[in-house]
Amino acid sequence: MTATVPATAALALGDDALVLSHRLGEWAGHAPVLEEEVALANIVLDLLGQARVLLSLAGDEDELAYLREERAFRNLQLVEQPNGDFAHTIARQLYFSTYQQLLYAELASGDGPFAPLAAKAVKEVAYHRDHAEQWTLRLGDGTGTSHERMQHACDALWRFTGEMFQPVEGLDADRAALETRWLESVGDVLGRATLTLPEGPRTGAWSAGAGRQGLHTEPFGRMLAEMQHLHRSHPGASW
Amino acid sequence: MATAAAQRTAGSEADGAPDPVDTTAYQHAFDAAVAADERIEPRDWMPDAYRATLVRQIAQHAHSEIIGMQPEANWITRAPSLRRKAILMAKVQDEAGHGLYLYSAAETLGTGRDELLDKLHSGRQKYSSIFNYPTLTWADVGAIGWLVDGAAITNQVPLCRCSYGPYARAMVRICKEESFHQRQGYELLLALSKGTPEQHAMAQDAVNRWWWPSLMMFGPPDDESQHSAQSMTWKIKRHSNDELRQRFVDICVPQAESLGLTLPDPELRWNEERGHHDFGPIDWTEFWEVLKGNGPCNEQRINQRRRAHDEGAWVREAAAAYAAKHTGSAGGTGHETGATRA
Ligand SMILES: [Fe+2]
Ligand SMILES: [Fe+2]
Repeated sequence: MTATVPATAALALGDDALVLSHRLGEWAGHAPVLEEEVALANIVLDLLGQARVLLSLAGDEDELAYLREERAFRNLQLVEQPNGDFAHTIARQLYFSTYQQLLYAELASGDGPFAPLAAKAVKEVAYHRDHAEQWTLRLGDGTGTSHERMQHACDALWRFTGEMFQPVEGLDADRAALETRWLESVGDVLGRATLTLPEGPRTGAWSAGAGRQGLHTEPFGRMLAEMQHLHRSHPGASW
Repeated sequence: MATAAAQRTAGSEADGAPDPVDTTAYQHAFDAAVAADERIEPRDWMPDAYRATLVRQIAQHAHSEIIGMQPEANWITRAPSLRRKAILMAKVQDEAGHGLYLYSAAETLGTGRDELLDKLHSGRQKYSSIFNYPTLTWADVGAIGWLVDGAAITNQVPLCRCSYGPYARAMVRICKEESFHQRQGYELLLALSKGTPEQHAMAQDAVNRWWWPSLMMFGPPDDESQHSAQSMTWKIKRHSNDELRQRFVDICVPQAESLGLTLPDPELRWNEERGHHDFGPIDWTEFWEVLKGNGPCNEQRINQRRRAHDEGAWVREAAAAYAAKHTGSAGGTGHETGATRA
């Protein structure tokens, strides 16, 4: 199977899962309520599991995770954004898990190289999306403060969402249809949460591209420094 | 599963509260049930002091689970392989789950989680002092699993037979997971011990730092332990602190040998006559100092807990407001959202 899997696509999807799982893992011990420690950890573990399968399709999982430089990572800028407050984390989850669910559902229904993985992952991702939806409703339609925070978070992350619909080499998916359905789905959740679908551009203004081309945002370098330092400090060691 | 004896006297009274005049009869029934190794259930009559002791112990245990997440969560973002990262994340998640089981057990005694958290945050209730030590290197994650979870198991296995039903049942679930925690710690240390010289040194250093604090986890020596005698009579506790400590030492010595690591106690040796290992004196001054709040991380741990709680207040309020709007009751606390998989 490895031979037929396009490495670029495996890295793109694997890095998304790896980086988001890392960010969510930063919540451990800091969540607003004990049940959320458990819920966020579930999502971390699902995404980390997906990342390990995907990266292993492209090479050695640990070499890829720990020994690549920032510019070699292919994840979306959205997933590397710092956690911010709980509203930012939930907005990021809503945007990403909606995308991931739509994409994996499409991949699972085809007969491409990612179909088996997507078929398993889509069930996990459905739970992630539901978790994000439940919280979006509660924060959007909760108190005045939570509404304001959630709207702010949705607005702030909006500009990172266009990148999800750019073509990825080796990934057969109808990007335009994906985008339409994503807008519908997110618009529906935000509407029920009494939130406004943000306006404004959804892609960066840089002609050089973004995460899929290895161009990241400043916080990502610090994230990798923390993630990689121990592994890199002991070259060749096994753990 | 109300005990036969307690039920006989508690009759059909729903809240189990007796007429003050009849307390002696209830007390006899309770004593008989405990003596017969029957389980006391939430609706059975129980002495106030028994209830208070259980609430204190279960709360302290629950607090230890959630504060105990911190020293290990400290290494999640730096775990040196993806496999180790997944194992550590799963372990920290388990500890959160243990906290949930135990707060629920305390709730069956009429004390809610919010009240207990408030007592933790205001310093009126304690958590295990072991978590006031810092995790300075990756090997500390292994030492915690092997020694701290190992000591916890030694303490907790007898609690599976505790006289209070809900606590005993929570401990059965918890102990199953603790043995995975202990194994992953042992295995992590083994990999380091057999690894590069730097990794081996890292493992030895961690064991040097965690060994004595782990022995202190069993509490003060028997002759200085305040609550022990009564708890033994009530069958909340079944073995003395010193007995359990000895059991733990005897388990660890051969394991340290297989790990290729040394336990930092020159007086540690097998005593043929006793059939146990002798070990050196424990520095109880350190124990009492850490307990008083003067350990390396007491302030850091409780501050992080308070901060997470305070910064999460608006989230819990939002969930409660949402629940009130959508179900017509103000019962929501955020507890109900998405914690468990459908
Ligand atoms: Fe635990
Ligand atoms: Fe544990």
